[in-house]
Amino acid sequence: MSMAPAFFNEMFDDNGIRPHYAKLGDWTQHMPAELRQMKQAEAEALFRRIGITFAVYGEGGDPDRLIPFDMFPRVFTQPEWRRLERGIKQRAKALNAFLVDVYGRGEIIRAGRIPARLIYGNEAYEKAVTGFVPPKGVYSHIVGIDLVRTGPDDFFVLEDNCRTPSGVSYMLENREIMMRMFPALFRENRIEPVDAYSTILRRTLASVAPAKCESDPTVVILTPGHYNSAYYEHSFLADLMGVELVEPADLFVEGGFVWMRTTEGPQKVDVIYRRIDDAYLDPLCFRPDSMLGVPGLMDVYRSGGVTIASAPGAGVADDKAVYTFVPDMIRFYLGEEPILQNVPTWQCAKADDLKYVLDHLGELVVKEVHGSGGYGMLVGPKSTEDQIAYFRTRIEEDPDNYIAQPTLSLSTCPSFVEEGIAPRHVDLRPYCLVGEKIELVPGGLTRVALREGSLVVNSSQGGGVKDTWVLAE
Amino acid sequence: MIVSVSHRSVYRYDAPLRLAVQSLRLTPSHFDGQKVLSWEISVEGGTRGGAFRDGAGDWIESWSVRGPADRVEVAATGTVDTTDLAGMLRGHRETVHPLVYLRETPATMIDTALADLAAGAARGATSPLDTCHALSNAVRAAIAYRPGVTGAHTSAAEALALGEGVCQDHAHALIAAARSLDIPGRYVSGYLLADQDGKEHEAAHAWAELWVGELGWIGFDPANACCPNDLYIRIGSGFSAQDAAPIRGIASGPGAEALDVTVAVTAGQQ
Repeated sequence: MSMAPAFFNEMFDDNGIRPHYAKLGDWTQHMPAELRQMKQAEAEALFRRIGITFAVYGEGGDPDRLIPFDMFPRVFTQPEWRRLERGIKQRAKALNAFLVDVYGRGEIIRAGRIPARLIYGNEAYEKAVTGFVPPKGVYSHIVGIDLVRTGPDDFFVLEDNCRTPSGVSYMLENREIMMRMFPALFRENRIEPVDAYSTILRRTLASVAPAKCESDPTVVILTPGHYNSAYYEHSFLADLMGVELVEPADLFVEGGFVWMRTTEGPQKVDVIYRRIDDAYLDPLCFRPDSMLGVPGLMDVYRSGGVTIASAPGAGVADDKAVYTFVPDMIRFYLGEEPILQNVPTWQCAKADDLKYVLDHLGELVVKEVHGSGGYGMLVGPKSTEDQIAYFRTRIEEDPDNYIAQPTLSLSTCPSFVEEGIAPRHVDLRPYCLVGEKIELVPGGLTRVALREGSLVVNSSQGGGVKDTWVLAE
Repeated sequence: MIVSVSHRSVYRYDAPLRLAVQSLRLTPSHFDGQKVLSWEISVEGGTRGGAFRDGAGDWIESWSVRGPADRVEVAATGTVDTTDLAGMLRGHRETVHPLVYLRETPATMIDTALADLAAGAARGATSPLDTCHALSNAVRAAIAYRPGVTGAHTSAAEALALGEGVCQDHAHALIAAARSLDIPGRYVSGYLLADQDGKEHEAAHAWAELWVGELGWIGFDPANACCPNDLYIRIGSGFSAQDAAPIRGIASGPGAEALDVTVAVTAGQQ
């Protein structure tokens, strides 16, 4: 297997196969091309049968297309994972402390650690929830932290997702399908299970029930509806947790509580795991032109009658310009040094940074502050003169809307491709659950850039997914 | 001064509604210029839901009316003891940071004419407070009071282009003009005791508050070329008229809605 030396290969080092990949090495040795093709077709049929199709939120694309599934698993050792886990939990804790702070006294701003305008002038900052502390002081209950690796011990956080990170259904389904297709692999390797995710999610949501809830809390998932690109995931999680999947029209507000219409009459709802954007939650508080939403929901929320997860306003913590301050948040709120590093980021809003970025467009990755899904993004080294010139104009027109980062040498993991097995770049999104406790299942969603040489793992840009293993000790 | 208010809003539906839900910002603010002696909100046939004070210091009550019903009547009545603080919002507890009010809304977008108006007014101003007075006067001079020419969705820029409007338009224009100079501004809903000087006023009134550094929020009423005094009762604030609306509600049902509002503001106890 040949490999450009600049990239860290997670399976191979100079001495050959790393020990934790050894059994996978044997596995591929004994897999002829025909068997592999057969298995690949089987995996695709399984994915299609369960109905999980192209649906990473915000990415658009053909809703009926499958995200390519790469059967070659990605493996972490127990020590690697323990460090990641500590780093992720630390970050999730600091992000929540930040949210409680900026909707309260704003100590981090008073202390001069974060510019006031960046927060108070932020589109994602919700005036409507200032002064309100949600149950247990949690704003972001499901924190998706996107990580990349550049060396044996070098992990960087690419971005935080504090609103409603999607993709966890892939983490669970990828594992399910691998276990079905290759049971022997799971006997030979001691792999930490991830299937406790739905139980922990349910427990996390129940733990943040409002004070007014006096019995076993009723949890629901609120979806915009079946036309939403992540609807599969909404219904999948509702099934796994054994809770109702509701649309806004199934809920109404009366007497200070939220009620769900059921065949046996109205049932009080205590915790809403919403997969709807803030703007569409309640036309009486946010967009009055919205036909979606539950009128009066925000009044119930703010008077302590229901919990909304993630809390409205949580988005201000995952803004790409706010991202650069997360290490400061960790120091400020936790008095600790960050375990996971940020990618160095230039903010085009700053004159010096802007100049640097415009002088080095050919080597940088440029992103829109509010963009997602790999659109509105320039990968300098992979771009044509025309593309760079186009971005130059856009940045000059609206510098505040852009940040830039160095082009990282993303690690690679072996992947099944047309020609056999080849290294492809990967990232990782673990899902950290925050309620009374902060918990994380050992695993996450590994996205892989299946196009040779590509560094963009987004499914809309030719990315696929893999099962992610954490080996037990 | 003792000021009494009776504010009735009657919503009529030509087909019965199934459920109406309302968020009412309909209770006078707590601050040094206002002491609420009595205040009552009632919604005919309605159920009171959650109530709370929001981060901007406004008291919000949620109400719902279960159908079938063909009318919903919301009444707010009470008496407030007011003191003239020359527009200052002293002793008002809130947690929203003033910079939050630099946000643009469709009603308060800045166009060239608004920016020019603000720049012209600010020229020669000797202090931040002076600038705000100048802005308020400039808005008053540029938009004549004339009911019926603008509507609920008229923007500040449109009202300025028309040169006519009502208190809502004055407030939006002042907020936009202030923001063009990086001064936070917000929309205030309230009442005005209107029969003192014999001129024409709107009893349900609106004005703007501008952030004047160490003086805090100060009210400016371009419509009446003054700062709110003891004839004013402050209810609540927001980015715009829509955000600060005393009543925000939605009725579900097939019927068309007609609204009839009566506001009586009088001196003394009712």
